[in-house]
This record gives sequence, C-alpha cells and structure tokens, in this order.
Amino acid sequence: MATQDVSNMEVPPPHPFMRPATAAMRSERRAFNVFRMATYSVLLAATAIFGVIFVKGADTIFTREFPFVNIAFLIESPETLHVFDHEGQHHEIGDREFRKYMEAHANPTIAEETYVYSAGGIFPCIVGTFFLVVGSMAIALFVGISAAVFLNEYSRGGRMVELLQLAILNLAGVPSIVFGLFGFGLFVLFAPIFASAPDPSHLYIPLGFGYLNFTGWGVSLISGWFTLAFMVLPVVITASEESLKAVPKGFREGSLALGATQWEAIRTNVLPYALPGILTSSILGIARVAGETAPIMFTAAYVVRDRLPWQVDHVLDVLFQGVMALPYHIYVVSSKIPQNAYTERVQFGTAFVFLGLVLGIALSSVILRNRLRARYRW
Amino acid sequence: MSSQLADMPSKIVNPPSIQPAADALPTPTPMIVVDHLDFYYGKSKALHAVNMNIAAKHVTAFIGPSGCGKSTLLRCFNRMNDLIEGTRIGAGEVRIQGVNIYDPTVDVISLRRQVGMVFQKSNPFPKSIYQNISYGLELQGVKDKKRLDEVVEKSLRGAALWDEVKDRLHSSALGLSGGQQQRLCIARAIAVEPAVILMDEPCSALDPIATSKVEELIQELKKKFTIVIVTHSMQQAGRCSDMTAFFYLGKLIEMDATQKIFTKPSQQQTEDYITGRFG
Ligand SMILES: Nc1ncnc2c1ncn2[C@@H]1O[C@H](COP(=O)(O)OP(=O)(O)O)[C@@H](O)[C@H]1O
Ligand SMILES: [Mg+2]
Repeated sequence: MATQDVSNMEVPPPHPFMRPATAAMRSERRAFNVFRMATYSVLLAATAIFGVIFVKGADTIFTREFPFVNIAFLIESPETLHVFDHEGQHHEIGDREFRKYMEAHANPTIAEETYVYSAGGIFPCIVGTFFLVVGSMAIALFVGISAAVFLNEYSRGGRMVELLQLAILNLAGVPSIVFGLFGFGLFVLFAPIFASAPDPSHLYIPLGFGYLNFTGWGVSLISGWFTLAFMVLPVVITASEESLKAVPKGFREGSLALGATQWEAIRTNVLPYALPGILTSSILGIARVAGETAPIMFTAAYVVRDRLPWQVDHVLDVLFQGVMALPYHIYVVSSKIPQNAYTERVQFGTAFVFLGLVLGIALSSVILRNRLRARYRW
Repeated sequence: MSSQLADMPSKIVNPPSIQPAADALPTPTPMIVVDHLDFYYGKSKALHAVNMNIAAKHVTAFIGPSGCGKSTLLRCFNRMNDLIEGTRIGAGEVRIQGVNIYDPTVDVISLRRQVGMVFQKSNPFPKSIYQNISYGLELQGVKDKKRLDEVVEKSLRGAALWDEVKDRLHSSALGLSGGQQQRLCIARAIAVEPAVILMDEPCSALDPIATSKVEELIQELKKKFTIVIVTHSMQQAGRCSDMTAFFYLGKLIEMDATQKIFTKPSQQQTEDYITGRFG
C-alpha cells in the first residue's frame, strides 16, 4: 500500500480466502432459517399432539399398582359412571358395580350423579376397529392389486385406460364424508341380499333358485368394509401400479421366454417382488381406514352395542351387524355427551389406544414387508 | 424334443414347395426357415424381405450395425415381438421345423418352450440358483423333486457352472458374478430342452474372461442345440459361429459360412463393414 495514513486504510482481510458477506450469502442464510423454522413447527405440532395424548392417555391406561396397565379399560365395555357419597365415603363406580353395591346395601336412597360411557372400557371399539380394518383392507388390496395388474400388465393403453386412471385420480380427492354418504346410499339402503322368497316392498330379481332383494345391508360391518375399501382404493391402486412398474421388464420377458403364460409370469415373477412395495404404501391406507370417522358413521358404526361381533345367532350375522369403533367413540364421547373431568379420561384413553393400535398395525406391515424384501431382492 | 410342434394338426404344416429363392446355403437340415419376411413396428418397416435358412445344430451369427434389425429378427423366432404393441408381420413367414410359427393355430407357449432365449441384459430371477433352473420345468407342471434335482445338475453342468455353484444352489442367484449370471440364464434356457437357443448379444456386458467362457460354452452347446447369436463383435462371430449373416438397414445383405464372410465376402457392403469402413 502506498499511503502511510493508517486511519484511512481499510482493514486488511485476515487471510486471502476470507469469505465476503455478499447479499446472496445473506439471503441464503435467511432462506435457510425460514426452512428450518418451518421444519421445527412440524416437529412442534407433532410433539404437542403426541405429547398431550400420551401424557393424558397414559393416566387412563397405566396404573400405579400391579399390573400397571388398566386392563379393565382394554377389555370391558363402556358403562355409565355413578358418582355418589354414601356412609361418609366417596364412590366413583361403573354401572354393574353400582347395582351390586345397591343390592348389598339394601337400595339406599342416595344423591348420585351419572355420566354415560365414563366407566368401564373400550373393548368393543378396539374389536370393531380391528374388524373394520382387516375386512376393508382385504377388499381394497384384492380389488386394488387386481386393478393395478390389469392396468399395468394386461391393458395396452388407449382411451379406456386413460379414463380409468383419471377416475382413480379423482376418487383420491373425494372427501371421506362423501364416501360415507355414498356408502349409505349404495350399501346400507340399496345393496342386494340373497333370499329364498321375494321381498315385495323392495326391488327384487328372481334368479330361479332364489331372489335378490335390494333391501340394503343396513348399518353393518359389510357396508363399512366396502365403503372404506372404496375410500382407500386409489391409494392401493396407485401404490400397486408404482410397485409393478419398478419390477424390471427382464423378469417378465425371462418368464415368457421359458413358456410361461402372462398370468404365470405375473404370479411367479412380478407380484412377489412388487408386494413389499404395495404393502409399504398400503400402510398409509390402513391408518386412514382405522382413523376416518365420516365413512363409517352412516354405514357401520354404532354409538353403543352390547354384543361383541362374534356374539351372533347365525354365522352370516357377523357381516350384517354394526360395530363400535375407536374414532367414532372418540367423536361420541367428545361431542355427543356432556363434557367433564370424567369424560376426558375416556377421550384421552381412547385416543391413546387408537394411536397404539394404528402403530401396531403399521409396525406389523413393516415387519411383513421387510421379511418379503429380504426374500426377494434384486 | 420337438413334440409340441410335431403334435400340431398336419394341415398347418406348410407344403415344402415354398423355399427361399435367394442364395441357397449348404444347410443339411434347416431348423429355421425365414421366407420373404417383412416386419413392421407400427408403420415403420424394420425387416425387408428377409430370406434365410438356419441349419440345425450349428451356430449362426447375426452381425451388422446397430439398429439394422438383428434383434428384431431374432425376436421373431420366439414371437417375443408379440409383446410389443403395434408389431406385425407384413408378409412372408418364419417356419421352425416346418411349421409356420405365425399361423393362428400355433400356441406361443409351446413355441417358446422349443425356442429358448438368452437376453442381452442377463436377467436371473431374484430367486435361488436352484429355483432359477427349475422354474421352466415347474411351469410345465414337473413337481418330482428327484427329476428337478437331476435337471438342475444337468443344466448347470451343461452351462459349465456346476462346479462354481454346487455348494450354494439355494442361495440367491443375484449373488453371482455377471458372467456367472449369464451362464445361469443359459442353464435356465437349456433346462427345458429347447431345440433352438436364441442369444441376443449375450456377452455385451461381460469382461473378456467371462466372454471367452460363454464362447466355449456355445461350442459345447451346438452339439445339442441350434444356436442363433446376435453379436456386435465381429471377432466373436468369427470365433464361435459356423454361419454368419450380415444385415444392413433391415435387409439381409449376405449370409454364408463364417470363414467365407470374413475372408472373401461376395458383397461390397459386407466387406466395408468387416474391414471397419462403416458401422
Ligand atoms: N420396440 C420398438 N418400437 C419401435 N421401433 C423399434 C423397436 N425396437 C426396435 N425398433 C426399430 O427397429 C429397428 C431395428 O432394431 P433392432 O432390431 O433392435 O436392431 P439391432 O438389434 O440390429 O441393433 C431400429 O430402427 C429400431 O429403431
Ligand atoms: Mg439389438
């Protein structure tokens, strides 16, 4: 530097590779921070939801004494809670216990308060949701995989296929309440039942050996299965198509060149490799089937039902009965009955169990998928 | 060996009168006869009036610049082109063991059992080595474990792979090296005892050592099978084929004994290609 005046000199950089603070750099840092905050907000929301449900639900589910789990909540039916003071003691007991108590004390007159569904447990809801998930996923997987195989393996493009693909895409955007109403109209009110005699009050078709009476399936498991199945079908079809596309063409050609029919090639050398992917994406469908309230509230769910699904007079009645379900129970106990400290216990307990169940189902599909994947890897 | 095709109703067997007119070749018994074949992908014509006889138990090599229709013709022999939408035979026919394989009465499944194929990109199934070989037989309904064991061993020996894999028959075929995988695909093809084996550039992804193993194997296989091999390597055609066919722009330019093609071809185009002037 020529000048001697130190005070006028710019501060020399400490080293020649010094990073200049340019505008681009500053805006980069700002953008980065926005992205970071957005990500953290997701984390915050998730923590809040899971945290509250976990902490409050754990109060209901876990106990301080052995066996540390509130087994009654998991294996009993909902009951009315009776709260009263008698002979100097405070009681909070369920309906059955209350009746025994009254008998034992020769039916005393007491001032009691009752709270519906706030005692007992949610066993019928767990069972009902389990039945709904298994049945509807079975239907959705069967129909969905078949459709994907048809679209991806057999059909040779064309307008028809384009139309189908469009329909599937649109089906995915239909709100679940619409599925619920659609299921109500089609399955609950209209679907046919086979019988030996015609039902003159409904449309019926004589088959020669019997009659199809269009009496509808009523609010029942089977109506719920089909409604839920149609709701997740787009997910399953799209997932299946993508998994099928991921299987190299060489496997199909290799099979065909050995004299396999197309179905043999698909069955032995395409589907087994696509299945892990199909299951993975269908996990998403499981969570939806288990969690949606709208599709089942008109088609399959009962507010309360004393009998469990297997307590039926006739085997076929299993299909034609309504069930209690976890999401619907949460809806009922949080909006259809007066709210108080006692109902909160059921709400959070149910939500806790519900999350646990979905997690459990998802986990077992992941395990199944990993097993399959280990067997067929390419 | 030829049972399925021989069982065809006799009326569809073509009268032997229609024989390819062009340069008749000194073939003892033609296994495959291509007769004025035109082939189309949609509107574009990929093969122009191809005539050729492919001798039984010989190795026939197809050479020619990329895109000249070698694979297309090869895939006509086991009707793999049927899988591609819009393909059709414009004129002419392909006869294998005297049967026009594009006759509507021909069952593609039994045709493909007679005409096996090895692909350019080796495609072992993601199953065990054993299952890869037994696959073709299981398709035919063979369940007898002893029979399957025998065929697996015989096929692997036939493909010069037995010694390398006999201790790990039940581990995944995908653990094999590239060359081994391609020989496994050959073993898989010979397990169903076809009459013809089609190979579409079987060595294009292999290193020189693996390539020479496959070439040795081809010499061994021609004792029992008719082999048609597409290759982009003229050295390979020279080393392992008896007959060589040179294609250019969808036309068969010349077909002759390999010796002759490489020493004194009768067509100028063939000579240009072989001497590396184009292609
Ligand atoms: N699936 C296909 N659809 C349309 N054209 C094709 C298809 N496969 C090959 N072709 C065309 O047919 C011609 C011959 O191709 P191909 O038989 O693969 O050549 P080669 O194997 O000699 O390199 C090429 O012009 C190619 O573009
Ligand atoms: Mg090719």
